[in-house]
Amino acid sequence: MNLQIDDKGAAVLLVVNEERLDAHNSGDLKNQMLKLFEEGKNNLVVDLQAVRFVDSSGLGALVSGFKNASSRNGNLKLAGLQLQVKSMFELTRLHRVFEIYTDTSEALASFQQ
Amino acid sequence: MNTDRIAVDIKVPNQTRYLCLIGHIGENIARTLRNYGGDREKLAYDLNLVLTEAMTNAIEHANVGDPAKEIHIEISIVKQKLFIKVFDYGQGFDIKQYFHPGHPLQDHGRGIYLMSRIMDHLDYQPTEYGHVLEMSKNLQ
Repeated sequence: MNLQIDDKGAAVLLVVNEERLDAHNSGDLKNQMLKLFEEGKNNLVVDLQAVRFVDSSGLGALVSGFKNASSRNGNLKLAGLQLQVKSMFELTRLHRVFEIYTDTSEALASFQQ
Repeated sequence: MNTDRIAVDIKVPNQTRYLCLIGHIGENIARTLRNYGGDREKLAYDLNLVLTEAMTNAIEHANVGDPAKEIHIEISIVKQKLFIKVFDYGQGFDIKQYFHPGHPLQDHGRGIYLMSRIMDHLDYQPTEYGHVLEMSKNLQ
């Protein structure tokens, strides 16, 4: 998976540079997040700006990351969701679970408050 | 009035790397339909999703990730109605128990719920060598 990881201090930014987040690549995202949790990095921002398609496996990987972050007193926030991707979060009621920001800078700033 | 009559029969290896190919076929069908009055881009996403979810289920649950197996998918449109069949080699399960959305924080189990929200009809029936997931949706 083409995933850019950048430690921004208050949180780690993960930019998913893929058109699709599905059963083929969501396991990679899940593993990368687990590595960060093992390093004690429990505040994550996942930038989905490039992603125009998410399936249930992609949602499952993000939920898994959210639960792991929460259990370590951290948080996983989302940024840059395309309209149809956002609809997927609404259909599965996950928009009530995640903090969703329009862009990455807003999401990162929310960790500094 | 011109109506579409489309039949696509696909066989791909039982591997997730082919999800993108199958999903794109669904998207392209939605964009090519002659008489569709609804939101075409939403239909494109929905068909991509339904085919991706159905194929993922077959790979991960029915064909148990065996890369030597094959996934067989039939897509047809007759009289403004879309039919999708996905054949697998699995033991089968009670599909209806997954029609509800479940808990928002579960890691798995959203795929069938999503398909049931998009399609008008979903059924999972035994075949000679496994099962077939049959779905239909009115496109009028």
